Amino acid sequence: MLKGRAFKFGDNISTDHIIPGRLAHLRSDLPELAKHVMEDADPTFACRVRAGDFIVAGLNFGLGSSREHAPLVIKMAEVSAVLAKSAARIFFRNAINQGLPLLICDTSLINDGDELEIDLKSGTVRDITSNRKLTFAKMPEVMLNILDEGGLIPYIQKYGDFRL
Amino acid sequence: MAKTLAEKILSQKSGSDAGSGDIVIARVDLAFAQDTTGPLTVRQFQAGGFQNLANPARTALFLDHAAPSPNSEQSGDHIFLRRFAQQTGCLIYDVGYGVCHQLVAESLARPGDIIVGADSHTVTAGALGAFATGMGSSDVAVILALGKSWFLVPRSIKVVVSGSFPDGVYAKDLALHLIGQIGADGATYKALEFSGDGVGSMTMAGRLTVANMAVEAGAKAGLFPADETTQQYLTSQGRGDHYQPLFADDDATYEQIVNINLAQLEPTVARPHMVDNTAKAKELKGTKIQQVFIGTCTNGRLDDIAIAADIMKGRKRHPRTRLIVAPASRQVLLASIRAGYIQTLVEAEAAILPPGCAACLGLHQGVLGRGEACLSTANRNFKGRMGSPEAFIYLGSPATAAATAIKGEITDPREVI
Repeated sequence: MLKGRAFKFGDNISTDHIIPGRLAHLRSDLPELAKHVMEDADPTFACRVRAGDFIVAGLNFGLGSSREHAPLVIKMAEVSAVLAKSAARIFFRNAINQGLPLLICDTSLINDGDELEIDLKSGTVRDITSNRKLTFAKMPEVMLNILDEGGLIPYIQKYGDFRL
Repeated sequence: MAKTLAEKILSQKSGSDAGSGDIVIARVDLAFAQDTTGPLTVRQFQAGGFQNLANPARTALFLDHAAPSPNSEQSGDHIFLRRFAQQTGCLIYDVGYGVCHQLVAESLARPGDIIVGADSHTVTAGALGAFATGMGSSDVAVILALGKSWFLVPRSIKVVVSGSFPDGVYAKDLALHLIGQIGADGATYKALEFSGDGVGSMTMAGRLTVANMAVEAGAKAGLFPADETTQQYLTSQGRGDHYQPLFADDDATYEQIVNINLAQLEPTVARPHMVDNTAKAKELKGTKIQQVFIGTCTNGRLDDIAIAADIMKGRKRHPRTRLIVAPASRQVLLASIRAGYIQTLVEAEAAILPPGCAACLGLHQGVLGRGEACLSTANRNFKGRMGSPEAFIYLGSPATAAATAIKGEITDPREVI
């Protein structure tokens, strides 16, 4: 069970909002890079977010670049899951490959600051603040298994190959 | 079963009869990373305990995004990647060779290939009839080691292109028009497949521009058939033997069909901060521009530089508008020199940069300051993309860029040709 506060963002949060290209020189210094997480969407996010919190966004989250540093810095901020109405496909794969749950659900009823409780197994989000319950879409089996192992590299280390 | 191009290629490479919605494991014919995604790719490869590449001759590293390196951190990344290439025997295209997607088109992509790059614009090679798609560093690291990956076979949107381009209108205008019409997530998880008599009239440079921007509609691939134009292009690159014809079946099933008549298009510009926020160039007259940037994997080819040079010939850039030109590859640079385009552009007061990604992603060579506006021939105008998050990026064709450089404000190129 995951528990934390919702940080609400709008539609079309790009990988440049999450971690802009101009910081590419920090990509081999991940702790330094991670200080800038979500900087161009909300410059106060990095200092306000606490372990376990959630990013809650609208449509097409993570559009743009293939940089896996985007989900990686979100993971390093100890965000426990990203919830969005929809997500760009490369970001989706990258998030799961980094062991970061990305859950597709109708986020319009969640407000900024709401306390959420998420059960990955049953596929439900409980908004404690508003006392609402949401369900999120099931992802393909192969992605669930990668997420279960904590990401693609541990998954491949365990199985040695892809298993469909 | 009648198949789309995506279904055909993924079926062949997975050894199965795959249709959209299926998940397959398929062989990857070419895998690559560049200097901003490569270091994490190599680290994930090492974290997986791998030492050997599945296919060193079909694995490539490109030093293009920050090349020549603007700072010691990125120099360190370049050193790291050069060492990996030396240890594993993979291909490496060092500083000055050009942008990865242009080099893949010139030297590596073959019709029917599956190509995966740690760069979202890997879709560019779809212009040659390859199923080319971007993934992140972990996925590419595993492909380097195993030579394969898992794929969700996408549903396809058929874009039927008819007619031919009017004067002053180019492939970039088609790409921007299409994205404006279907939206920045209009093709998420899907393939865009281009067909129709208008495709036959499109040059390889134009096809590369359109395929390159497929990802700006969220697409997993942007596919053109492999036809006579493809054969001529491969032959001109000394790779005629890589050609095989490849077309979608006539009765394949598509999720959606979009019809575009090229004759009805006008010069189109994407406004800040989204690629689907499009307008006609003429509607933006009066928008002052401080920097014009011509180049990138979208529009840094010989045809693009020729279009800009033809418009700039005998003219100069506006005194308050700087003009930056970066050819997409060494081959493009050399051909541009031979044709006199570089001289024309330098006489027009352009700053010429070495082949590479240059100003496109805000790392160096034309970083925008607060409040500045740029008209770029690149593919993305997200907030903060080219430097300051308080800068403004407009996207247009090389013709629109050249016209804008002359006038100092966004200009429909038909005003100056």
